[in-house]
Amino acid sequence: MKVERIKEILDAEILAGKEHLDIEITSACGSDLMSDVLAFVKDQALLLTGLVNSQVIRTAEMMDIRAIVFVRGKVPDKELIDLANQKEMVLLTTKHPMYIACGLLYSSGLTCGGEG
Amino acid sequence: MMISLHYEVDGQDFALAGEASSNVKKVLKQLGVKPDIIRRVAIAMYEGEMNMVIHANGGIADVEITPSKIVIIMQDTGPGIEDIELAMKEGYSTAPDAIREMGFGAGMGLPNIKKYTDQLQIISEVGKGTRLEMTIFVK
Ligand SMILES: Nc1ncnc2c1ncn2[C@@H]1O[C@H](COP(=O)(O)OP(=O)(O)OP(=O)(O)O)[C@@H](O)[C@H]1O
Ligand SMILES: [Mg+2]
Repeated sequence: MKVERIKEILDAEILAGKEHLDIEITSACGSDLMSDVLAFVKDQALLLTGLVNSQVIRTAEMMDIRAIVFVRGKVPDKELIDLANQKEMVLLTTKHPMYIACGLLYSSGLTCGGEG
Repeated sequence: MMISLHYEVDGQDFALAGEASSNVKKVLKQLGVKPDIIRRVAIAMYEGEMNMVIHANGGIADVEITPSKIVIIMQDTGPGIEDIELAMKEGYSTAPDAIREMGFGAGMGLPNIKKYTDQLQIISEVGKGTRLEMTIFVK
């Protein structure tokens, strides 16, 4: 599923990386605990989180995650957005809370999210 | 061939934490190291770097890259770890609430380091500091 489609499903706004909306996503991870995310290794993953500090970008960078959705209408500050642009990441923000956002993506076919 | 990298990790600046790991990742990419090896090195070092920032007020990191292995040594002069076996348990954390609100303090960092490295040695003395040596073999 392309990031473009994820943006539509979540009725999300683009905060960074509008030139990278064709990135292909095959799995997703929703968490507010960075070490939880760091335990999750999947290729072409999407990260959904309610956290908006710069370590979200660092964590994504280490994981080779290139697309992040901030849930519950969270919008990070400019510094974080600049950092994401530097790393060529896509940032989206959606009004939906975490549970709904994950549910919407899951029921639209983005079902890979576990170990293994 | 051996490449040695040295970093001073600032314990005061939470926003900057992870810079050293980010730099190592970039160097490994330039060297053409396999992506899955790079990811394991990056995650393990980043967890170690965050631990030094969160628990030990910073420290130093040395990375040695050879064709056969990558060795990361992280040293701090922080409070030390009293019970290493306990600290290695998933979920064990002494991180304060302010750190939890930033998304850390799940007690998963050391278990993650163990998971992503081939060898891990931790030496720690209360009141003196902690030294982590992580090895990842390049197959
Ligand atoms: N460099 C260090 N100096 C002193 N204590 C440390 C150090 N690294 C880890 N610890 C201790 O070991 C505990 C477990 O570390 P671990 O990285 O597994 O979890 P955490 O840092 O608390 O949470 P997380 O890594 O999930 O964000 C820490 O809470 C802390 O008490
Ligand atoms: Mg930790």
